[in-house]
Amino acid sequence: MATSDAIIKITSCSKHFGPVRAIDDVSFDIARGEFFSLLGASGCGKTTLLRLLAGFEQPTKGNIFIDGQGMAGVAPNHRPTNMVFQSYAIFPHLDVRRNIGYGLRDAGLSKKELDGKIDQMLELIKLPGFGSRAAHQLSGGQRQRIALARALIKRPKVLLLDEPLGALDKKLREEMQLELRALQRNVGITFVFVTHDQEEALTMSDRIAVISQGKVLQIDTPTSLYESPNCKEVAGFIGTMNFFDGTVKSMEEANAVVDAGPLGDVRTRPFAAKLPASGASITVAIRPEKINLNPSRPSASHNVIEGRMSAAAYLGDRSHYYVAVKGRNAPIAVAAQNVNAARSWLGGQDQPVWLSWREDSVILLDR
Amino acid sequence: MTSPAPIVRQDSRIQRFFLRHEWARGYALLSPTLAVMVLAMCLPVFMLAAHSFWTQNYLTIDETFTLANYEQALGWLWGAEGAKPIYIRLLWKSMQISFGVTVTTLILAYPFAYFLAFKVRRNKNLWIILISVPFLTSYLLRVFTWKIILGFNGVINSGLMSLGIISEPLEFLLYNPTAVLIVLAHAWAAFAILPIYVSLEKIDRSLLEAATDLGDGPFRRFWRITWPLSVPGVIASGLLVFIPTVGDYVTPKLVGGTEGIMIGNIIQSQFGKANNWPLGSALSIVMAIAITIVVLIFLYVMSLGRVRAK
Amino acid sequence: MSTRADAGQPVEYSPSKVVEGNRYGWLFVYAVLYIAFLYVPPLFLPLFSFNDSIYVAFPIKGFTFEWYRQMAKSTGLLDALYNSLKVGAVVCLASTLFGMLAAKAMTRYTMPGKGPMASFIMLPLVVPGIILGIALLVLTNQVGLELSLFTIGVSHVLICVPFGMLVLISRLEGFDKSLEEASLDLGVNAWKTFWRVTVPLALPGIIASIMLTFLISFDEFILAFFLAGNEVTLPIYIWSQLRFPAKLPSVLALGTLILTVTMVLVAVAEWIRRRGTATTKPTAG
Repeated sequence: MATSDAIIKITSCSKHFGPVRAIDDVSFDIARGEFFSLLGASGCGKTTLLRLLAGFEQPTKGNIFIDGQGMAGVAPNHRPTNMVFQSYAIFPHLDVRRNIGYGLRDAGLSKKELDGKIDQMLELIKLPGFGSRAAHQLSGGQRQRIALARALIKRPKVLLLDEPLGALDKKLREEMQLELRALQRNVGITFVFVTHDQEEALTMSDRIAVISQGKVLQIDTPTSLYESPNCKEVAGFIGTMNFFDGTVKSMEEANAVVDAGPLGDVRTRPFAAKLPASGASITVAIRPEKINLNPSRPSASHNVIEGRMSAAAYLGDRSHYYVAVKGRNAPIAVAAQNVNAARSWLGGQDQPVWLSWREDSVILLDR
Repeated sequence: MTSPAPIVRQDSRIQRFFLRHEWARGYALLSPTLAVMVLAMCLPVFMLAAHSFWTQNYLTIDETFTLANYEQALGWLWGAEGAKPIYIRLLWKSMQISFGVTVTTLILAYPFAYFLAFKVRRNKNLWIILISVPFLTSYLLRVFTWKIILGFNGVINSGLMSLGIISEPLEFLLYNPTAVLIVLAHAWAAFAILPIYVSLEKIDRSLLEAATDLGDGPFRRFWRITWPLSVPGVIASGLLVFIPTVGDYVTPKLVGGTEGIMIGNIIQSQFGKANNWPLGSALSIVMAIAITIVVLIFLYVMSLGRVRAK
Repeated sequence: MSTRADAGQPVEYSPSKVVEGNRYGWLFVYAVLYIAFLYVPPLFLPLFSFNDSIYVAFPIKGFTFEWYRQMAKSTGLLDALYNSLKVGAVVCLASTLFGMLAAKAMTRYTMPGKGPMASFIMLPLVVPGIILGIALLVLTNQVGLELSLFTIGVSHVLICVPFGMLVLISRLEGFDKSLEEASLDLGVNAWKTFWRVTVPLALPGIIASIMLTFLISFDEFILAFFLAGNEVTLPIYIWSQLRFPAKLPSVLALGTLILTVTMVLVAVAEWIRRRGTATTKPTAG
């Protein structure tokens, strides 16, 4: 994504509620036409950030620019943003048609024009013919679509979505994820999407900002976030991760040897951006699916360790194994696709197994 | 897709100030109501307090500072010359009557509130309306109907006489403190029910199930769970009844006779026949302070009790 | 609780047997007796308003409309009724407006000192009426204002605002703040949002507040007694008539009439409230 064409610019923005720093000196850009997610646990400040963009809160420090224009002192009703609320906020005293047309009531359109736009929206959200339904006759999924149509009819420069799928059940949620993504491509409007569900963020977004305690930890594409997290917190928040404490033994041209305690010496190729110095205390991280499970000692000379099977969980398409190794309390998590029938050589608990991994599967993080 | 760019408008400085500060918006909205309260309550009460330090000279008021009114009202306590005990005694009697009214009302109201909260499943609102409708008739007429019931030719007397139980009408029914107590307890019944009902209704039903599950019988369960959780409602009800009834002058005047007179009647007469506004002001200030002290002591004792319970 | 047998049936919330106990036990009997205790005294009003005797006492003599006829002819009474309606109408609108502003501030904004401010506004609920009455009397006298229906009205607004605020706070808490935010977000300014979203959604509460404050003002005596000038309200008129036995039956007739009208109003209010909750409660789906 080219950040040169930024529609939103957030410059060293802070928002304090009394002593609480809900947003703490945050700066980043969102590109035009991007599907951008704010991901974090509840209470991390992601919703506050969204409300700063919408104008419901004003930053304590810093500024926000939307399409080049400073937003300080611009009321929510004068901003080129629209929002889909977590509760959807469908007006209960208005029918579907009036809900969708609500924001255009004072736009000076003729009744025919307005009706045309509303019908177009009903078409877009696949609810044609629902115009005269009362608000209380709608299901959760329908409310969500109407909230979306009500915001999109305003043709905002940025659409803000506050956990819009949180209230839906799992199946509908997955359906809506794809639909929302397709809709965003279709209308070409920048979406800023708040969620606490990392899978949802990975599925839908062009880029994701991981937020914790009011700070942005990392902004990246889903792949980069997963494959090369820049800190322990991001690595732990997205997917599952095995962490080991280690000390750098030697570092030669991105070829590192790390003493990782119970794992022994781990060889790795850290990416060039940040090379830890020799002797530095660091964290070694390996994803469960990047670890191979072997019945006997593989031939490789390094990145191999023996363990004992402590638990296994069969999940259909894949299995999760937990392997105990000497000198470490927590078992190592291993995930394997069940491509062929489940590993027949695996016996019961306490069976000795060998774990191995490739050099480029190892991520080095600051302790 | 090209969209017509919405015009972003920059607001004026005042608007931006309000936009930036939520508290400023809140207080701006609140200020008209606060102004009404200050002008119609604080200012008058301040004036009342000022009056209590002045002196009535027939039709005019001498505005030199004096404590004479308070000496007249309370002087008996420290044996000031010429001070009469009547004001202290009336205040004490009013407190006693109000306390009696409060206790009676609470004891009568609690089981009803309990019934409403736990036994009524549907149409709770109908029951609430049912108890409030009698209170929508004129307060004066409601008090007056008690005169019809308790009076010399009243319902009770004529009923008992026609049954041959008594031959002469009973005279002790009306015009005494007991009559005041009965009438006030009736007048405040609905107000006492609501706070208790609300506090009972808020109790999570699973707490009661848990208590039963852990082996409590109905009475132990009530005593250990329901009652402690409803105490805030009982306190609220008690204060709601006690505070206004201390100063009541209508009921004592209509059904109290000479024995049933309360402090409110004396205060009222200072602004009427007796025409001594400064003394009336001083008496009402004394009454307000006395009520406040009683309420604070009561709340303090309750908080002690609750700390110990913890 | 729900077993296989009732799966698929609409499951209604039912309190457990433990708490429920016997529905029509002694508590039910007590409740009925309590209701009787509340109702019997006021019911003597209609009884004696039709009694063909100038004395309000037993035994009942016979049926008559005479007292209603007298009531309709009594100019003093009708003037007082008119005054009460006038004061009540202004008071209920003013106190609902002030209550609405305060309730909106209390429910929608965070600000320092909110709790103390709420307590301050509710103070008239716990200050004995006689003190508020004489305090206003003293002030009115001090600034040289004439006692009139206006001074009565001011005192009534004072005691009605807390009720209006409480009713409206509970109504405003009943719907999501984000509905108002959504309206702002869609480009509608704060003033129009108030009229297009807040007022329609709070309407049942607004009506309840208007009716409640009207009834309080209509029946208020303790404050009005001190603050009335030449023009009196109905309770003051009734008070003056209680000393004259001959006037009493027509006062009872009036009381009966007021009781009937209020009951109708309460029924209407409950009907509106039910419709209100039916249309604003979303059905989960």
